[in-house]
Amino acid sequence: MNQIKTVLEHIGGTILLLVRSLKYLPTLPKQFPRFIEQCYFVGYATLPIVTILSFFIGSVLALQSGYSMENFGAKQFIGTLVGLSMARELGPMMVAILLAGRVGSAITAELASMKVYQEVDALVTMNIPPERMLVLPRLAAVLVMMPVLAIIANLCGWYGGALVCQYTHFISVDSESYFAALKHFMKPQDVIDGLLKAEVFGFAIVLVCCYTGLNTRGGPREIGASVTKAVVTSLILILVLDYFVTKILL
Amino acid sequence: MPTRTSNTYTVSPFSNKTFGVTVSKMFKKYGRTTVLRDINLEVKPGEIFCIMGPSGSGKSVLLKQIAGLEQATSGEVKIGDFDAADPATRAKVHLALVFQAGALFNSLSVYDNMALYPREHHLCDEAGIRERVMHTLTILSLEKAARKFPSELSGGMKKRVAIARALIMEPELLLYDEPTSELDPVMSATISEIIASLREQTAVTSIVVTHDRQLAFSIADRIALIIDGRIRAIGKPDEIKESKDPDVANFLNPVIDLKNPRFKQLDNNHE
Repeated sequence: MNQIKTVLEHIGGTILLLVRSLKYLPTLPKQFPRFIEQCYFVGYATLPIVTILSFFIGSVLALQSGYSMENFGAKQFIGTLVGLSMARELGPMMVAILLAGRVGSAITAELASMKVYQEVDALVTMNIPPERMLVLPRLAAVLVMMPVLAIIANLCGWYGGALVCQYTHFISVDSESYFAALKHFMKPQDVIDGLLKAEVFGFAIVLVCCYTGLNTRGGPREIGASVTKAVVTSLILILVLDYFVTKILL
Repeated sequence: MPTRTSNTYTVSPFSNKTFGVTVSKMFKKYGRTTVLRDINLEVKPGEIFCIMGPSGSGKSVLLKQIAGLEQATSGEVKIGDFDAADPATRAKVHLALVFQAGALFNSLSVYDNMALYPREHHLCDEAGIRERVMHTLTILSLEKAARKFPSELSGGMKKRVAIARALIMEPELLLYDEPTSELDPVMSATISEIIASLREQTAVTSIVVTHDRQLAFSIADRIALIIDGRIRAIGKPDEIKESKDPDVANFLNPVIDLKNPRFKQLDNNHE
């Protein structure tokens, strides 16, 4: 019973943090440098790892599907399979998981350390709401950067698949046929749905990590505990949200 | 009050306005533990009021209630006529808190720590902020530390930067949490002088939480002594010194008794 109460408290606290942060939305133009700094942190700094991982996910997907589809002569549809899987599911999901691990953990650690060392209290006494200065620019940055990262992940995955299809002897599907199949069965809506998912995942991750960081109590040891808690919660949330968002979008 | 002008901060470091603090029938509990019991006190405008007591007696918790960082379990804390726990009060009262460990923003230089408040409240342009920051740093002999980061400062310098950061807010109520802890006697004396001279210059109400007897008796107009979450004595420094309460006397003049050491008594109490 206590655990349910705690979970409900956290959900309520997170929603309250969102509402309080959105209250300061009109101040966002004045926080432009802070917003750009967060865009750099969320987007540019995450880009290399997104590129590498999505490329190899696309490659492995093509390899596995090529191996299975060869048996029933459906190799010409590998492009469709990789294209749709990356755009609708794997692209947004991989970007979200990387965001939780790399950006979410850093956000939680930073805010938790600010909380533990009373920097957040100092902001409050200076009448600078932490929601305005610490949360809002991060939420705005993730909303801008997530679609960009998801598109890059999709492209890298598609090209990774194309490369594998062309140069693997038991698949041998040339790039032209691969991309023709990809284009033929994919609609722009598939990509848009994926980007929408990425937005939802990114927003939820940053919100949860900000909430966990700002609610850290105790000393330096609790900073580590908060980071673990935030990343685990984010990963669970990604999977739960994935189901519901997919259900709504289909 | 800080006022917005075309390109400069108003030169006067403080407004003439200052606030008193009233705490009535205040209790504070964390779970089942009662940390503060029936606290009643009144700090007059322009007064230096010291809150003393042994470690763990609830001094800093009381300061947090006054600063509005926490809400009392019951009772009332008022700054002037405003409720200290109401977030809207912070827009009406310029309250500054000098934290025990400084609470400087580690990712910002000393200059940017100082400039944060005027920047966030859009009080003036960068030239005005620069003038104001450098002026305040000069008051506390910190002008050479402007470009340094908090990690590069000594404990005493951090405290002075924390005070400087509080000053730039032009406070109408200035709270200090253990301003001389972890400092050598010379630096403690310097901080005491800073607190006293600020009041001389600006008549700002100052509430100082400390267990440093020398600091309290040298600068305070009045002192409250908290033991086990209760106010055990309140009055002018001389009145506190002459208190007949054995716990108060024991706190103010602890005798080191090697034949009957105190920690042995603590052990016995535990058992």
